[in-house]
Amino acid sequence: MALTNETIQRKLTEKFSDQLIDWKEPYGMLTFTAPKDLNLKVLQYLFDDEELKFRFLTDLQAVHYPDRKGEELAVVYHLHNLVDNIRIRFKIYADIEKPDVFSATALYQAANVMERETYDFFGVNFVGHPNLKRILNVDEMDYFPMRKQYPVEDQLRIDKDDEMFGR
Amino acid sequence: MNDHILLPEGSIEKQTTTLNLGPTHPATHGVFQNILELDGERIMKSTSTVGYIHRAFEKIAERRPLYQITPLTDRLNYCSSPINNMGWHLTCEKLLGVKTPKRVDYLRVIIMELARIADHLICNSIVGVDSGAYSGFLYLMQYRELIYEIYEEVCGSRLTTTIGRIGGFERNFSAAAFEKLEKFLREYPKTLKEFEKLFTRNRIFMERTIGCGPISAERALNYGFTGPNLRAAGVDYDVRVHTPYSSYEDFDFVVPVGTTGDCYDRFLVRNEEMWQSLSIIEQAYQKVQEFKGAEAEVFHADAPAYYLPEKKDVYTKMEALIYHFKIVMGETEIPEGEVYSCVEGANGELGFYLISDGGRTPYRLHFRRPCFIYYQAFEELVKGGMLSDAVITMSSLNLIAGEMDA
Repeated sequence: MALTNETIQRKLTEKFSDQLIDWKEPYGMLTFTAPKDLNLKVLQYLFDDEELKFRFLTDLQAVHYPDRKGEELAVVYHLHNLVDNIRIRFKIYADIEKPDVFSATALYQAANVMERETYDFFGVNFVGHPNLKRILNVDEMDYFPMRKQYPVEDQLRIDKDDEMFGR
Repeated sequence: MNDHILLPEGSIEKQTTTLNLGPTHPATHGVFQNILELDGERIMKSTSTVGYIHRAFEKIAERRPLYQITPLTDRLNYCSSPINNMGWHLTCEKLLGVKTPKRVDYLRVIIMELARIADHLICNSIVGVDSGAYSGFLYLMQYRELIYEIYEEVCGSRLTTTIGRIGGFERNFSAAAFEKLEKFLREYPKTLKEFEKLFTRNRIFMERTIGCGPISAERALNYGFTGPNLRAAGVDYDVRVHTPYSSYEDFDFVVPVGTTGDCYDRFLVRNEEMWQSLSIIEQAYQKVQEFKGAEAEVFHADAPAYYLPEKKDVYTKMEALIYHFKIVMGETEIPEGEVYSCVEGANGELGFYLISDGGRTPYRLHFRRPCFIYYQAFEELVKGGMLSDAVITMSSLNLIAGEMDA
């Protein structure tokens, strides 16, 4: 029997009772929110369970919601069960003042660069990551550019000398 | 910068030699750096650095209406930008709930498979160049030129194509485009066969690539490999089959898999995929020809709020004028929602994660770039191998700097 969203939700609810909240199915993909400290437990359970078998980490990234006080940074995991071909997505929310999240690198090698990228752009501090350094930006950068307080430069500004670039 | 590794007593040298392979080394075929620690010619350790051409696409995308993000996707994997463009259009269509007509799907399949061939032929012939066989590259390169001419007939540009629009294509395919496509379908198989004759059973090439940079299926999955590199390791995961998009379910094709995941298997998988792509294009072209009369004029979906109206309508019709103004000025509101959509890019699963808060631009857009994720395996793949093997491994992984750095 093919795995369905209902089965996944039932199994996860059995295991974690009411700690997993906000169940949704936008465009058919099962989405839920887990408490921040449970992220590794959820990942491990999804990985190990013989029926669920979510053993492929498709994507990992963060989103910044400046208006959610105390849970400004969302880390989003996309997992894929390649056998039954079903995807799920789950989110955890972290406080921007203390964005410590457990690293998934022990479970997925793939998480290594994805977490580095997330750290680089959002400043999520992945606890237990072997090499948490900036990856795409310069090492000297002292802010996290994808956060919403840094807007894209206004293209109409005139105080900048761009003569060298022909603009 | 890098610490040397001390060699055991009795070695010729006391410590390893540091060699910078990149960022502007001809063997990297892109801007990224590998700091190698060498014992003679054997690699003891490798450290990769990426980010030299990071252009902050995700940040820029937060200020742009959907159709202006298409040119950003061109510059990810620039060897097959039509696939990126289509992947982006499909994401938008999923979010907006636009349903494309079959003819558009088939035309898109033709373009995407051409792009896949263009990407694979570059990758495979570069593996040849890096292992010392230049002529195969020259044979195949002229057909990339022909593919680019087909793009040109369809959308007007060649490398960074920005092909298609949300809902379909900007114009119908011209007769010249189909003529060139027929020419390609007629001539390319011969050349590809010739190319295979040069390489596949070539003793020197086999000696160079068999057992070079291998990876097991489990490791490959754990590293997040997708695309031909994963299939070469023996996992038959293909987005076109698993989550069919753009009517791929209507086509009959085989997903080739390898066993050892070494350079030779990757080469063979890519070659076979080119044959499969050719067959898909033939099937799609046949299906396109079956549309007659008014149906043969369909090249976009009916989505007036997102698809730019025809210019002559803008001058004569009120509604068209309003939509034209709203689209051009970027004043179309996007419905709220979050969507993950992926396509089988030439080097793996290219995913788009789009969150919209109901504004005119995405709230957050993330590109899942396949080669950014699997490049980290390079350190493990080349460890203990020879320097010259590292060069072949790098080119056979199909690493594209533009995609890695986004």
